[in-house]
Parts: sequence; C-alpha cells; structure tokens
Amino acid sequence: MPKSSRWALAIPLALVLAALPACGAGQAGGTPAAEGGRTLTVFAAASLTGSFTEIGRAFEAAHPGTAVRFNFGSSATLAQQIVQGAPADVFAAASPATMKPVTDASLTAGAPVTFARNKLRIAVPAGNPAKVDALEDLADARVKVALCARQVPCGAAAVKALDAAGLKVTPVTLEQDVKATLTKVELGEVDAALVYQTDVIAAAGKVKGIAFPEADQAVNDYPVAALAKAPAGDLARRFVDLVLSRQGRQTLAAAGFEVVPAP
Amino acid sequence: MTGPSTGPSTGPSTGRGAGLRARLVVTRPSFALDITLEVAAGEVVALLGPNGAGKTTALRALAGLTPLSAGGTITLDELPLHPLPAERRPIGMVFQNYLLFPHLSALDNVAFGPRCQGASKAEARRTAADLLRRVGLAEQASARPGRLSGGQAQRVALARALAVRPRLLLLDEPLAALDAHTRLEIRSHLRRHLAGFDGATVLVTHDPLDAMVLADRLVVVEHGSVVQQGGPAEVARRPRTDYVARLVGLNLFRGVADGHRVEVGELTFSTSERPAGAVFVAFSPAAVALYRSRPDGSPRNLWRARIDGIERHGDNVRVHLAGPIAAFADITPAALADLDLAPGQEIWASVKATETHAYPA
Amino acid sequence: MTTSPATERGGVTGRAPWPLVVPALLGLAFLVLPLAGLLVRAPWSTLPRRLAEPQVLEALRLSLVTASLATAVCLLLGVPLAWLLARASFPGRRLVRALVTVPLVLPPVVGGVALLLVLGRRGLLGQWLESTFGITLPFTTAGVVVAEAFVAMPFLVISVEGALRAADPRYEEAAATLGASRWTAFRRVTLPLVMPGVIAGAVLCWARALGEFGATITFAGNFPGTTQTMPLAVYLALETEPEAAIVLSLVLLAVSVVILASLRDRWTSSP
Repeated sequence: MPKSSRWALAIPLALVLAALPACGAGQAGGTPAAEGGRTLTVFAAASLTGSFTEIGRAFEAAHPGTAVRFNFGSSATLAQQIVQGAPADVFAAASPATMKPVTDASLTAGAPVTFARNKLRIAVPAGNPAKVDALEDLADARVKVALCARQVPCGAAAVKALDAAGLKVTPVTLEQDVKATLTKVELGEVDAALVYQTDVIAAAGKVKGIAFPEADQAVNDYPVAALAKAPAGDLARRFVDLVLSRQGRQTLAAAGFEVVPAP
Repeated sequence: MTGPSTGPSTGPSTGRGAGLRARLVVTRPSFALDITLEVAAGEVVALLGPNGAGKTTALRALAGLTPLSAGGTITLDELPLHPLPAERRPIGMVFQNYLLFPHLSALDNVAFGPRCQGASKAEARRTAADLLRRVGLAEQASARPGRLSGGQAQRVALARALAVRPRLLLLDEPLAALDAHTRLEIRSHLRRHLAGFDGATVLVTHDPLDAMVLADRLVVVEHGSVVQQGGPAEVARRPRTDYVARLVGLNLFRGVADGHRVEVGELTFSTSERPAGAVFVAFSPAAVALYRSRPDGSPRNLWRARIDGIERHGDNVRVHLAGPIAAFADITPAALADLDLAPGQEIWASVKATETHAYPA
Repeated sequence: MTTSPATERGGVTGRAPWPLVVPALLGLAFLVLPLAGLLVRAPWSTLPRRLAEPQVLEALRLSLVTASLATAVCLLLGVPLAWLLARASFPGRRLVRALVTVPLVLPPVVGGVALLLVLGRRGLLGQWLESTFGITLPFTTAGVVVAEAFVAMPFLVISVEGALRAADPRYEEAAATLGASRWTAFRRVTLPLVMPGVIAGAVLCWARALGEFGATITFAGNFPGTTQTMPLAVYLALETEPEAAIVLSLVLLAVSVVILASLRDRWTSSP
C-alpha cells in the first residue's frame, strides 16, 4: 500500500519534471546552433515564400553545412514574435510599418534595407465575368470586390491606391491576408480584388492580373535586416547580402517583384 | 367486490366478443416461443414460468413491442391485433420497473395516454385525477416518480395503464420490485382493481403466490411452450412438471398405476385415487414422516432414505432425502431434535396413502 | 437518476485522493494561466475608451447573434441526426458517425474553403441557390451562421447521441403502449429525458461557434457589421494593435463566461 502510493506520487511528479527540461529545450532548440552544422533562421513575409525558399537553397549551396530555416507569416505577427524574443537571425517584412516595431525595439543590426517592391494589381477570376478592366470599375456596386483589411500591408496599399484615384469602393469583405483575398478570386466568389503582382504570378493562370496607373501611388517597400541578437551572427549578414545580390534580385524579379537598384 | 381467486375459467362476459385469442410465435436463433393463449373479457390469466421461459417475450409480443414470427396471430374482441403497431393497440401495460416518466408528475404520467388518444389537456388531467383518486393517490398527484414509494409507483403505473381504457391489460411482474410488506398490501389492492376491470388481463410472474391470488387461470410456460394450464387450485394440487411442483411445494414423481398401487421406480405407492396407466404421484413434504428405525405395523409407502441436507423452511425444517426417490420432508424443529438427524444418516420415510395423490400424466 | 444531482455530489465523503487532486490542479492551472496572462497585459487604462468603440460593440453583437443562430440551426438539424445515429439502424451507420466528426478534424480554414466549393457563388449548391432563389451565402451574416454551424455541429451531435445511448429505450416503449407515436414519444418522453445532454451539447456548440475564426473568415469573409465577429476583429487587431486584441479577447471571454455561468445556474436549479 505505501509502495503503491509512492508510485502514484511519482507519476505526476515525473510528468512535471519531464516537462520542465522540455520547456528549456524548446527555447534552446530555437538557437540555430545545431550539432554538426549551423542553422540560420529567417522570418519572412508570406508573400516571399517562393522567392526566399529559392534564395535559401542557393545560400545552403554556397555555405555547405548550413541549414536555412524559414518562418513565413504575416509580417505583423512575425514582428510581434521577434519583439517577444523569438530567436531569429533575419527579418524580411512586407512593409516599413511592420518592420517598425523591430527597429523601435533596437533589435536590428543596422538600418533595414529595402530590397524589393511589390505593386498592386487588380485580380479577376478566369474569364473576368464582371468585365473589369480599370480601377473605376471596382466602384460599381454590381461588382463584388475583396480587399485586404487595412491593418495588413496589402490593405493599407489598397486604401492608398483608391484614395489616389479618388474612388470610393465598398468591398464585400476585408480579408486577413493577401492569400485569403486571392483565394476568393480564384474561387470566383468575388469579381475583383486588389492583390500584389507577385500573388497574381504565383496563382499561375487561375486569376488574371490587370495593371492600373494608381498602383504607382501605393508601392509596397520590402525591408530586410539582420537582427542584433542573431544567434547565427555573421551568417545573417551574409544572407542579407545574398538577397541584395544580383542572383537574389533575379530570383525576386522572376517572382514578380520590382527590384530596387543596389544602394 | 369479491375477487374470483379460484373461480372457473370463464370470467364475466361483457358481450363485447371473445376477449383475447392469440398464437404467439417468436423465433430467434437461440430461442423459440410458441404458445396459444385464450383470455375471456374480464378474466385474469397469469403466465407463470422460470426465468428465460419466454413469459416476458409473450407479453411484449401481445403489446406489439416484439414482432411476431410467421404463424403468429392475435385477435382481441374478434379484431386482428397483430397488424397494428404498439401505439394503435387498445392495450394498457404495467412494466416490471413501472417505467414512470421521471420528468412528469404522477398526474401527467397518468394523463399521458389520454393526451395521446386526443383528449384535451384539461380532459386528460380530469381522467387522470379520477384514476389517481381510485388508486388512493389523490394526494401524490403532483409528485414526481422519484418521490413516490415503490407501492405508490406501482399504483400510478396501474392507473396510467388503465387511463387509456384498454381492452387488454398486460402486467409484467407487477409486484416483483416491491418489498415483502408492501407486496402484500399492493397484491390485494391490485386484485381488487383487476376484478373491476372488464377487459382481458394477462399477467406475467414467476411468483406462484402472486399468480394464485391475482389470476383466474394459470398458464405455465417452460422453454417457450405451455406445459400446464388450469385454475390455481387445480395447478396447485396437480402439478405436471418439476418446476410447477417446486413452485407449489409438492413432491412429484412419475409412475405407472394399477388400481390403488402406483409403481415409482422400485417403490410402490398406495394412493387414495384409482387411476390407471402413466400417472403423476404428488404429496406434500409435510405429509412425510421420518423414523430412526423401521416403524412397527409396517405402514404402507415406506422407504429407506439417506439425509442429503437439512435447512430451515419457514417455521419448520426441510429435510432433503436421497435414495430410491429424491423427496423433501418438512418436520418441526422439535421433531428434528427428537430424531437427532444429521446429513448422511440413513433413516426411514413414509407418507400416508390418503395424503398421496395420483392423476393421469 | 431522478434525485437532484446537487445533493448527490456531496455524498462522497473523505478527502479527495491527491493522485487526482494534484494533476487536476495542474490541469486547471494549464487552462487558466493563459487567461491570467491576458489579464496581466491588458491595458486597463484605455479599456473604457476601447469598449465604447462602435466597432467593438457591433462585432460583439454580431458574435452573440450568429453564435446563437448557429446553435439553433445545430439543434434543429443535429438532434434528429443524433437520434438517427443512436436509435435507427441502417447500413453504413459507423461511417456516418465518423463523417459527423469531420468538421472537428478538418482545419477550420479548409472547412471554409470546402463550404465555398459547395455553397459559394460557383459551388455545387451555391450556383443553384443563386439562380433559383437569388440567395448567396458568402459575405453575408447568414454565411457566418453557416460556417459556425458547420464547425460547431459535431459537438452537439456527439453530446446528444451519447445522452440518447445512455437513456433507457424502454421509456419509449412505455410511451408506445400508451398510444404515443414515435414522434410523440420522442418529443414528450425521450427529449425531456436527454435534455441535460442536449443542453450540454448546445453549450459546447455555442461556445465553439462564438470562438469560430477560420471557417468564418474563409467562407463569410470579414466586413464590419455584417460578417466581422469578435474573433475576426481580434485577429485583425493583433496585426497592428496587440493591446486592442487583448481587450477584445477579454470582452469576448467575459461575456461568454457570464452567459454560460448564469445559464448553468438556471438549468441545474430546476432539474
């Protein structure tokens, strides 16, 4: 009886004790000093998924024994994570505004550098059922429009472009990110949406992109910065260099980004 | 109101037809029931039998809760009943554990049936209140079943079954859930109500006393078939199976008769009757006398037996006898002490011819 | 079964065994600590101002209305479905039971896409709905209700089916012998008997619908006043103003806790 009750005590205790080092390990696992090689952790805006994955592969090839790990997501969320202490080496944001909390907290090693620009396009479903061909058409009440919410970069850009055109558009939905906005177009739930050129290219034929002059008023700058507390230190700087290199810019241009001339 | 406890098998006729006629056939992989049942209007028939004999299946088949197999038919007051689903049959049923709806008051339990038959709420409640008064539960009308005693719940269940004005009343072990004292009281209460009911009543029980007191006629079911039926007195005096003999507390043997003499195995019994051919011989355990040594005057029906066991039996002592025949003997505790009996002992047993009944098998 | 559960609960005497108490307290802490985290970080000084914002109240009202409507839809469709699973026997019942839990397993965003493929403007049924009745569900408040009901229904069905399986079917037989059709027996006997299970299921269902995010934003979109429920507002606030997101979350939590606690008291005090 005493023996069995001692065991009964041991089980929850063991669980608790086992959980404690595991918590520590969870944080330690974030430090990219993996055994036998080095790991570089890059936090990047979701719209960079394709191009950065490719750049990461090139980086790994150029630095044998180094693994590049990505965390793609909403720039604002990534910035939050970095401010809360997430162990990242590099941060590439979809707008200066989302980079700001990180620079405000003095967490970047040097000033962020703009490496790419993304322009808005009108995306319409295949076949363009509402016959949209200019930004004014979005103001037509019969045209169902999806925009990004103004809290996310593509939404802020859309507001800017529409304001520049002096148009008042009432969307049916304000989506949480550009991919969700694009999905609504792909499925034909809306007749038009404002998304980035890069998204139109990524959707590869499922939507049609229409350029419009007011897009120039709402260009989205993508800043990148190595982080001050980068666990992989020098590797972070070298990754930023690769993004800004000819090779990096070619990759970005292929994905639809407007490339910024080297400073 | 005098209940016909030992009356003839025909109850008071209401001129409404023939009551119940049924051939109940239920075939399952592990079990087959096939019994024929006739119950006149006003008559109470008890289905008696051991557990698993098929009594409850028979009752459920009458109610429409268990489908009949091919060959089964039920006719009530000359109208076929078996094609109707349970809810369209003019029946009332009292379940073993009563199954009073726990979320409804006693009154609403009783009013449930009339409501289903289309009565207005007020009308149904009037009917229910009247029935509750008749079973002596006017005061408990608003009580939930959880607050009722076992006896009260039984009476509510009876009132609920009667509230639909059934032509066939079905009772499944109506007293089994009650303690001994309540049982006595509710048994006589139930008997009064059954006597006042003008439809046919089928009652299922494994308790011979319930059956004898409540029913006009007993139908004994074993292994899915009827093995004996008749008035309670008839069944009690002349059991035809070991099960019935045990129920009514008699020693029962099969034998071959010739005049007053009946051969049972290697023994010869003298009896008061004079049947011939294959017969049953029955006598009460109380009619058996035990002796330590062979009694003088050599009474008839004497045999040598070995004591197999001794147990209390009511106020008396029941002695289990092995030997040429297996029998019980009931003696007083005083006699037990006088005789100084113990298991394994060899003794003499006898039974008077006048206490020994023989009847055709 | 019919005695009040409140009196029975105190019936077990003696101290609670610590192999149960210790993990129970750990479990409670696990559930409650994140809430404490929100409370600690909440910007209390700006709370009244933020609460007064019309958008917040609008989102809250929309959340409560749509979660309640979704629960009503789930009750209307889910209780009969649970009855079918518990009482009727038909080929493929196991498969149907497994299918009922699909929305539990499916990532809600995928559920939203699936709904679009069926009920969207070009969806299998959606096309027909629009051409025949002129009804479109995406981007409407009705669409929010559909998305929430889709995700929350399994909670109700599983809870009610469990209650039905535990309920004694002989009560339905008793009702039948009293002349009740199966429908009447269900309505007047079975349903009251399984009511505690139905209520528990409805509460779970409502809570799930209230917190629904993925399927809602995917299927119904996000527009203040018509489809922007509290979780959507919280998510978008998180993009720019994490503090606002905390306030909105606390409002949602407080309202739901108050509603659930008051309902529970009412239900358990009148068995």
